[in-house]
Amino acid sequence: MKQEKPGWKNLPLGDVVQAGTAESFETGDWRSERPTWHPDRCIQCLQCWIYCPDSSIIVKDSKMTGIDYKHCKGCGICAKECPVKPEKAITMGPEGK
Amino acid sequence: MDNTVEIRWHGRGGQGAKTAALLFGEAAMSLGKNIQAFPEYGPERMGAPVASFNRISSQPINLHCSITNPSLVVVLDPTLMGKVDVTDGIPKGGAIIVNTMMKPAEIKKQLGVAELKVFTVDASGISKETIGREIPNTPMLGALAKVSGLLDYDMMIKDMEKKLSEKFKNKPEIVKGNLEAIKRAYNEVHGE
Amino acid sequence: MVKVVAKTGNEAMAEAMRQINPDVVAAYPITPATEIVMIFAKYVADGLVDTEFVAVESEHSAMSACVGASAAGGRVMTGTSSQGLVYMYEILPIASSLRLPIVMCDVNRAISGPINIHCDHSDTMAAQDFGWIQMFSENSQEAYDGLIQAIRIAEDPRLRLPTMVTTDGFIISHCMDKIELLDDADVKNFIGAERKAADSLLNLDKPVTIGLIDLQDYYFEHRCQVADAMKNAKQVILEVADEFAKKFGRKYGLIDGYLLDDAEYVVVALGSTCGTAKVVVDEMRAKGVKAGLLKIRVFRPFPAEEIAAALSKAKAVAILDRSDTWSAQGGHVFTEVRSGMFDLKARPKMINYIYGLGGREINLEHLRQVFGDLQNVDKQPLVQYLGVRE
Repeated sequence: MKQEKPGWKNLPLGDVVQAGTAESFETGDWRSERPTWHPDRCIQCLQCWIYCPDSSIIVKDSKMTGIDYKHCKGCGICAKECPVKPEKAITMGPEGK
Repeated sequence: MDNTVEIRWHGRGGQGAKTAALLFGEAAMSLGKNIQAFPEYGPERMGAPVASFNRISSQPINLHCSITNPSLVVVLDPTLMGKVDVTDGIPKGGAIIVNTMMKPAEIKKQLGVAELKVFTVDASGISKETIGREIPNTPMLGALAKVSGLLDYDMMIKDMEKKLSEKFKNKPEIVKGNLEAIKRAYNEVHGE
Repeated sequence: MVKVVAKTGNEAMAEAMRQINPDVVAAYPITPATEIVMIFAKYVADGLVDTEFVAVESEHSAMSACVGASAAGGRVMTGTSSQGLVYMYEILPIASSLRLPIVMCDVNRAISGPINIHCDHSDTMAAQDFGWIQMFSENSQEAYDGLIQAIRIAEDPRLRLPTMVTTDGFIISHCMDKIELLDDADVKNFIGAERKAADSLLNLDKPVTIGLIDLQDYYFEHRCQVADAMKNAKQVILEVADEFAKKFGRKYGLIDGYLLDDAEYVVVALGSTCGTAKVVVDEMRAKGVKAGLLKIRVFRPFPAEEIAAALSKAKAVAILDRSDTWSAQGGHVFTEVRSGMFDLKARPKMINYIYGLGGREINLEHLRQVFGDLQNVDKQPLVQYLGVRE
């Protein structure tokens, strides 16, 4: 989709933009690997939420409730850090299967 | 260069040569003169020979070069003579004022400057008696005022009293001692 | 009420800062600018100002803290010199591209090496390409007046450009001079009680991000905005100077001429040397030589049209540079003045003197020599080094 970009005369001065716009920029399609959350194994330690670099762990009322696939880039850090044994509460698998 | 008077102060780092130049400049400014006061530019080194300078004029002063031919030179520490050329650049008819117990004629001979006016005053002795410490720069202000004829005596004393009183609000004895030192040096400086 | 006082350049700048009462000052000490911030820190400690003083561990941090504080919407100042300014270089263009009106007291000093603490303009001239407005001062009075005007200039909504006001190291920074101070209330009225930032990181009603990565698609536009602001800056600087003159009586231009109107032989200089040159111009005039001085007060933006107009009738012009470009083609001022003169139909002959590096004395004799050379300009080389041993 082609977007018309403003010239220097119309661009707000000084490299200033509205804050928080990363939310409207979807990066979920960058993913080649997909995390899957297994609620039955989750111990609600929130390590995944702490480590996720893209704020893609959805937390409601202090509880992990799912993964924001619109923004998750599939880095796998959540799965790596999940401490649940023997099987982790977040596992990685190929995208698009 | 119209009526600008250029002055050089010689002392050792820590003896107050810079402060003396600043004080003399401020005093002259209070009496309506245009002034400059600046140290010999460089790092301060305690005990090392240092110099500072004044320009005093009734006209605005534009010059910003260094002073090489001062018509007045003040030597705060007599031990500098022989080590530093304190007479350097003084034009004929210029004057040098030395803090020493020696007589002007002796200093004139020692420096070998027949063409200059030489004045002496025991500023160290005066400061010990009036302020209680050896601070020759304060009495030398009085001696310079007398020799230069740049400042009206009564107005200068009044201005100094005002400034010292502001600086030493709770120490009237320091104000009194400093004023006495300036007055005495003004009266005791003599030359030939 | 005009108050006449004796102040060094550093004291005058510190006094202006007290009256400006900035929100934040972040600085690191360096000779010969140390005193400015040292005196100001005392004002902070004594409660005479409301400023948040940030003692940082380097000039790089000082300018970074200034950028942060200014992005947060504050009125922000700092002071530095020489290596300190060089250490800020990395952050200086960030301040201008983000349009942060930081105001800096810059005391001109040689840059190492060899190491030297004395005056030349190498530090400031090397910072000419970072999008900062640069103003030079002949004396303490100009530094004081310039700093107060700089707040208005920098914060003008048409500009929003960081601004540095310079004095010559030691020659002005440490020279006590008679200056006239303005009333605190007059300064406050002139600059306005506080900066009115268009955007601010602390404005929760309109949250913004400042300073994103700007690649091929936006960087050029943002830099072009700085170029456009610099074009507007001449007008704004003159407007502020006019208002200052109307209110307080002292008049300043982008350039200031001394006996320039009918001058045939002209010296162009910046900073304290202009004062000494005026004395020699007077001497020359007394001898019947039509000598004049063109002082460049504002170097960025460069007042090329104004200079070309002022020099168009001169016979010969000597441009004095207290710094070298190392281009083997002359100094910074020479290059710009010559370029500015190029489109004139008839040009005076122009020659360049590089002088005073590392605080080397420039005295009446040197300037007499320059005016002597100008009267014999065809025999002069393009670029000469004045006052150096060969």
